[in-house]
Amino acid sequence: MTLCQLFLQPDAAYSCISELGELGIVQFRDLNPNVNSFQRKYVNEVRRCEEMERKLRFLETEIKKDELPIYDPEDNPDAPKPREMIDLEATFEKLDHELKEINTNADALLRNFNELTELKHNLTMTQGFFDDAEMAFTPAHNRNQRDSDDDQVQLLYEYSMISHNKLGFITGVVPRERMVAFERMLWRVCRGNVFLRQAEIPELIEDPVSGEKLHKTVFVVFFQGEQLKNRVQKICEGFRANIYPCPENPHERRELAMGVMTRLEDLTVVLSQTQDHRQRVLAATSRNLRTWQIKVKKIKAIYHTMNMFNNDVARKCLIAECWAPVSELDRIQLALRKGSEASGGGTVSSVLNRMVTREQPPTHHKLNKFTQGFQNLVDAYGVATYREINPMPFVLITFPFLFAVMFGDAGHGILVTIFALWMVLKERSLKDKWRNQEVWTIFFGGRYIILLMGIFSIYTGIIYNDVFSKSLNIFGSSWRVRFGDDTLAKHDSVMLEPTPYNYTRSGDYRQMFSGTPYPIGLDPVWQLADNKITYTNSVKMKFAIIIGITQMGFGLFLSLWNHLHFNHRHAIYLEFLPQIIFLACIFFYLIILIFYKWTSFDGSKATDAPSLLIHLINMILFSYKTDPPSAAVFYTGQKQFQTFLILLAVLCVPWMLLGKPIYRIVMNKRRANRGVVLDADVRDTDTEDMLDDEHSHQQHHQHEVEMSEVWVEQGIHTIEYFLGCISHTASYLRLWALSLAHAQLSEVLWHMILHLGLSMNGYGGAIASFFVFMPWSSLTVFILLLMEGLSAFLHALRLHWVEFQSKFYKGEGYPFVPFSFRLLLDEAPVEA
Amino acid sequence: MEKFSISLIVFTVFWGLIGIVLPFLIPKGPHRRLIQTMLALTSACCWLFWLCFYLHQWKPLFGPQISSVDARALKVLWGQDL
Repeated sequence: MTLCQLFLQPDAAYSCISELGELGIVQFRDLNPNVNSFQRKYVNEVRRCEEMERKLRFLETEIKKDELPIYDPEDNPDAPKPREMIDLEATFEKLDHELKEINTNADALLRNFNELTELKHNLTMTQGFFDDAEMAFTPAHNRNQRDSDDDQVQLLYEYSMISHNKLGFITGVVPRERMVAFERMLWRVCRGNVFLRQAEIPELIEDPVSGEKLHKTVFVVFFQGEQLKNRVQKICEGFRANIYPCPENPHERRELAMGVMTRLEDLTVVLSQTQDHRQRVLAATSRNLRTWQIKVKKIKAIYHTMNMFNNDVARKCLIAECWAPVSELDRIQLALRKGSEASGGGTVSSVLNRMVTREQPPTHHKLNKFTQGFQNLVDAYGVATYREINPMPFVLITFPFLFAVMFGDAGHGILVTIFALWMVLKERSLKDKWRNQEVWTIFFGGRYIILLMGIFSIYTGIIYNDVFSKSLNIFGSSWRVRFGDDTLAKHDSVMLEPTPYNYTRSGDYRQMFSGTPYPIGLDPVWQLADNKITYTNSVKMKFAIIIGITQMGFGLFLSLWNHLHFNHRHAIYLEFLPQIIFLACIFFYLIILIFYKWTSFDGSKATDAPSLLIHLINMILFSYKTDPPSAAVFYTGQKQFQTFLILLAVLCVPWMLLGKPIYRIVMNKRRANRGVVLDADVRDTDTEDMLDDEHSHQQHHQHEVEMSEVWVEQGIHTIEYFLGCISHTASYLRLWALSLAHAQLSEVLWHMILHLGLSMNGYGGAIASFFVFMPWSSLTVFILLLMEGLSAFLHALRLHWVEFQSKFYKGEGYPFVPFSFRLLLDEAPVEA
Repeated sequence: MEKFSISLIVFTVFWGLIGIVLPFLIPKGPHRRLIQTMLALTSACCWLFWLCFYLHQWKPLFGPQISSVDARALKVLWGQDL
C-alpha cells in the first residue's frame, strides 16, 4: 500500500476519475478537510446532480403509482461525459414539466367531468319534477286522481300560473347523508315557507371537490321572494350542496341536457386520451429510469471526489492524494492514460507520483464472495493492523468447526446445510430480494459461513452418534449383554463389564466389551445407558481442553510469524519464548497426561486411575499425597519432573515482565550515545520508509517512548497472558457445556413430544404421529436450530475473538475503502 | 490389538491424504494458498476429533448401565458373540 499523488489536468480530471471509479482500487484522501461543503469547487455540479435525482425520484413515484414495471439494466452503464450531463438535465426537465402538465390537466378534466355528471343527473331529475307538473296541467288527469302528490303538484302549478315570476327555485345536488338535516334546516330557517322535492341518484358519483365517490340526492327548492332565496342559498352553501342553474323553459332544459351529454362524451374521450398519453410517457421513462439513476449517481460521486482535490492555480492542475496497493499501480497508470485520451487531451497526460510517508496505510485484503463473510467476522472485532497476519484463513475452518463441536447433531446439521445450500445455489436470484428485511440480509450475507457450519455439524453429529437424539448402529456395537437371565430378572438395571480380558482370577468373568472401539464415533449402546452423560462428559471435556490448548498454541506460533515478518528479533526471545514455554510446561504436559491416561488405564485398574484435575492442582501446589489412589503418583519420577516444569514455568513470568523494558532501556542508551539518528528504528523496517516533510507531525515517536509507559504496558501484557492462559483454557470448556445442552434439549423434545405419537399403536398412533409432528418440528427449528445455533455461533465467535486472537492479533488498523462505483451502487438500498 | 489399529491406520491415512498429500495437488491459481490452508486445517481438526473419541473408548473405565428390559432386548437383538 503506498500513498500516491496524482497531478490531473482540469479537463482530463473528470474522465480520469471516472476510469478510476470503474477500477475501484484507490482510496482518495480529503485534501480540503477544513473547507465547508458549500465552499468547495464543484458544489454547483453537485447541486445540479441532486436536482436531477429529485426529478428522477418524482418520476419513479409516478411510475410506481401506475404500477408499471421498471426495467433493470443487465450491466451498469459507464459514467457519462460532462457534456452529456447537460443533455440529461434537459431531458429530465422536459419529462418533469410534461408529467406535471399532464397531471394538472387530468385533474382539471376530471373535476369538470364530475360537475357535468352531477348536472346531468340534476337535469334528469328536475325534468321529472316539471313533467309531473305539466301532466297535472291536463284537466282530465287532474279531476280523476286525488292523491296528495298530485294535489301538491296541482297546487304548485296553479300557484305558479298565478304568480309565475315570483316563484323561484334552486336545484342542486347534496350528499345523501346530509339530506335529512338539510331538509330540517330548510324547514326551520324558512319557517315552512319553502317546498322541497328530492330524488336520489342511484349510482355512486365522484364529488368534484373532494374526489370521493358518494351517494347523492338531487333536490329542488321552491320559494317566493328575495329573502328566502338568500337564506336557501346560504343553507346550500353550508351543507356543501352543489347548485346548478336550471332553465325554466322545457325546451331550454332539453337543449341543455343534450349539450351536457355531448360534452360528457367529449370529456370521456379526452380523459382516456390523456391517460394513454401519460402511460406512454411513463412507459418510455421506465425503460431508462434505472440507467439514468446509475449515471447520475456516478456523476455525483465523481464530483464529490473532485471536491476533495487541491486546486493548484500556479501549476494549473488538480492535485489528488490517494492510497493504492503497490501491485495495482500499473492498472492505475493505464486507467489514467485512458482517461486522459478519452477527454481528448493530446497534451500532457496525468501523472502519478509515489509519495513516502510514515503514516499507517489502510489495511486491504483481497477477498471474494466466499471469504468476505469470514473477514467481516474478524473485522467486527478490529481491523488488522497494516501488514500483520490476517486470522481469516484460519478462522474460516476453525470457527465452523468449533460451532459444530457445540452443535453436534447430524440431523440438525443436515437441515442447516440444506438451508445454506439453497441460499448459495440460488445466489443470483436471491441477491436483490427482500433487501429491506435486515434479518434476511444477515442470513444471506453469511450463507457460506452457515454452509460450512452445517457440513461440520454433520461430521460432529456422526462422531457424537446423534441424529435428532438417536444413535445409528452402522458397524455393530462393541458391547454385548452377557448377563444370565436370572441376574437380569433380579435387578432393575445392570452395568456391563468394561475389561476385555479376565482379570478377576475367578470363574465368573464374562467379557462384554470386545476390546475394539466403535470405528467412527460413540458406540450406539451408550444411547440406551443411564450413565451416558457421565461417560460423554469425560471425553467432551478432554477434547475441549485439547482443542483449546492446540488453538492457543497455534495463535502463539502466528505471533512468532508476525515477529519474523516485522523483524522484531528481540520480541521472539523476550515475548514468544517465555509464552510458549509456559504454555508447554503446564498445558502441553496436561495434554500428554490425557493421552497417557487414555492409553494406560483400563477397567481393571479403574479405581486407581488418576484424576487429572487433582494432579494438575497438586502439581501447582507442590502437594503429593498418596491418600486417595486417584491422587497418587502414577509414574516414576513424576514428582521431580513436575517440580521442574513448574519452576521453569514460574521463571517465564519475570522473563516476560522484565525482558522487553530492559531491552528498551539498553536501546535508548545506545541511541543516546550515538546521537540523534535519522534512520528507522528496528521496529518499522518497511522498505519504502523515508521521511515525508508534510506529514512529520504524525511521525512515530518510537525512539522517545516514555519508560514508565513501557513498564506499565509490559506489566499488563504479562498479567494478561499468564492469567489468560489458565482462564482461557477453562473457557474452552464451553464447548462441552453447549454440546451437552444441545443433546439434552434434543432428547427432551424426542421423549416428551415425538415419542408420544410414535409409541401409540394402530391407526390412532398414525393420527397421533401426524399431529405430534407439528410441535416437534417447530420447536426443533425455533429452539434447536435458531436459538441454539445462534448461541453456539456467539460462543464460537467469542472463543476466536478473545481466546485465539489475544495471542497474536493487534487489530489496530483501519479498513481500505476504495472509490468504486460497484461498491457505491451495491450499497444503495433499492427503494422497494 | 490388530483390529484396534486397523481403524487407526485407515483414518490417519484418510485424513493424511486430505491434509498432507492433496494440498500439493492443488493447481496453481489465486486461491491455491487458501485452499491448502483450508484442507490442512480441516483434516487436522477432524482427525483430532475422531482420534479423541476413538482413544477414549479403547480402554473404558466403566461400562454402560442399561435397564434390564433394554438389556434383555439387546441380548436377543445383538446376540452373544462379540
